[in-house]
Amino acid sequence: MIRRKTKKSIVDWVLFVLLLVGALATCGPFAWTLATSFKPDAEVFTYPPQLISSNPQPGNYVDLFLTLPMARAIFNSLVVVTSITILQVIVCSMAAYAFSFLRFRGREALFVVFLMALMVPPQVTLIPNFIMVRNFGWIDTYRGLILPFAFSSFGVFLLRQYFLTIASELIEAAKLDGCKHWKIYLFVVLPLARPALGALAIFAFVSQWNNFLWPLITTTSPEMQTVVVALSSLRGQFSTDWPLLMAGSIVAVGPVLIVFILGNRSFISGLTAGSFGGR
Amino acid sequence: MKKIRRIFGKDIGAALFFLMPALILFTVFTAIPVVAAFFISFTHWDLFRPPTWVGLDNYTRLLHDPIFGKVMKNTAIFVLATVPLQMGLGLLAALALNRGIRGQTFFRVAYFLPAVTSTIAAALVWSWLFNSNYGLINAGLSMIGVDNVPKWLASTKWAMPAVIIVSVWQNVGYAMVLFLAGLQNIRADLYDAAALDNASGWSRLWHITLPMLSPTTFFVLVISIIGSFQVFELVFIMTEAGPANATNTLVYYIYQNGFQFYQMGYASAAAMILFAIVLLITMVQYTTQNRWVHYDT
Repeated sequence: MIRRKTKKSIVDWVLFVLLLVGALATCGPFAWTLATSFKPDAEVFTYPPQLISSNPQPGNYVDLFLTLPMARAIFNSLVVVTSITILQVIVCSMAAYAFSFLRFRGREALFVVFLMALMVPPQVTLIPNFIMVRNFGWIDTYRGLILPFAFSSFGVFLLRQYFLTIASELIEAAKLDGCKHWKIYLFVVLPLARPALGALAIFAFVSQWNNFLWPLITTTSPEMQTVVVALSSLRGQFSTDWPLLMAGSIVAVGPVLIVFILGNRSFISGLTAGSFGGR
Repeated sequence: MKKIRRIFGKDIGAALFFLMPALILFTVFTAIPVVAAFFISFTHWDLFRPPTWVGLDNYTRLLHDPIFGKVMKNTAIFVLATVPLQMGLGLLAALALNRGIRGQTFFRVAYFLPAVTSTIAAALVWSWLFNSNYGLINAGLSMIGVDNVPKWLASTKWAMPAVIIVSVWQNVGYAMVLFLAGLQNIRADLYDAAALDNASGWSRLWHITLPMLSPTTFFVLVISIIGSFQVFELVFIMTEAGPANATNTLVYYIYQNGFQFYQMGYASAAAMILFAIVLLITMVQYTTQNRWVHYDT
């Protein structure tokens, strides 16, 4: 028995060290990016590479915000991503309410149609959506960046899973009290579903902040670019200015990492809940 | 009104109200575009002149397009390399963490960070790491005595492995988190029974953990394959499909034809191929899952 215990603890130590090596591999590039972003240009091309600069310079960050349109890009991303997040929470929770608590014909069929939409790769609808948005005159507008993402099948699915765990007695009691559906939705269901709404909000924020292809093709002027698109055009302009590109990457990734680290529990639980209902 | 309610159910009025925003957005931005993509794939359309109907021309051209052949081969290699790697490493990390090792929260966040990172930023960072003259990776390789360091992104041989490495780096945490949740759903009493039988660690893994985990494995497999087929941003930043189309993949090819060459019909035909592949994989997996997926109810 004792031997088994020591064997287990040795195995645990070996695994712990292996996991640490893995964590170094997943997080190391972040540290290297941060270090490079503060290096003066000349130092980047020294051999062997130094991890910490002997003479750290904040100049790249100053350039990004003062001479390059990064501040404007962050503002655009915040407007677009926050709008999408709010809209998704509203639109998806309303639809999920109908699918969970209302009785009407074709409910299951419609739900299946929404689920099937999850199987459509976004690249399939990309070209028709681009042509349509272009015909609407929505190129270089917030509308064009926001509205195509205001609804998400995944969001409906995730919220419905959660709504179904709310005791139906509560809903029935509210109905007997003469509550209208919009009141039950606003004052009973939404407050009870806060964890799921939070998970959807964080998920929408992170995935939309990182969304690239759609804002790439629907923005033509630098004033309307989102952060990620601005970062990719920096690559075209300053292809060998690695410290500047690394500073840009830090700026593009920072807000999402903060949101994720603050809300990682609900993000991951939302993600796994959404996926496990999926089978 | 009463008649409508009798036919469509008593809550039809409220249902219309609650579903209206979703229905409008879904119809405009998903349902109509899916149908439209299908029709556009039978046209030639450069957006400057009106589209012309050409029947199956785009599809026959795809069949005879040597670059498309290469694109499909590259995509297949990418999927076949990334999916087992990210699932295998993700499963190993999840099994290790599930033993109750200290620092579980730390490792979970550390492994998941790449998955929430913008792929564009990640691709830039790795382009720098893979830089053949000044990058950290080649510096490390020559430090441990490798003489002929690969030229990575500039080499037709090594560019694809580099893209594969970054993709695995980014997705391993996602697989791990899903596996970990699956492991934590396995009923503890199954292990209690195994402990009574004095079953070894390996036999518990083989006879309890892996079979009970198979629904999760199945799910991770489906989404990993579908996700891998859609690789785009890594290619866009790291190699721009080069050198000599060595890293051109299906979604990049769709982008290239649609938004660089303005061949909307041709790009849509390639997109329909992607759609067909995704549907086929989903269908094959759902019809074969009974053979190896064990659902515990």
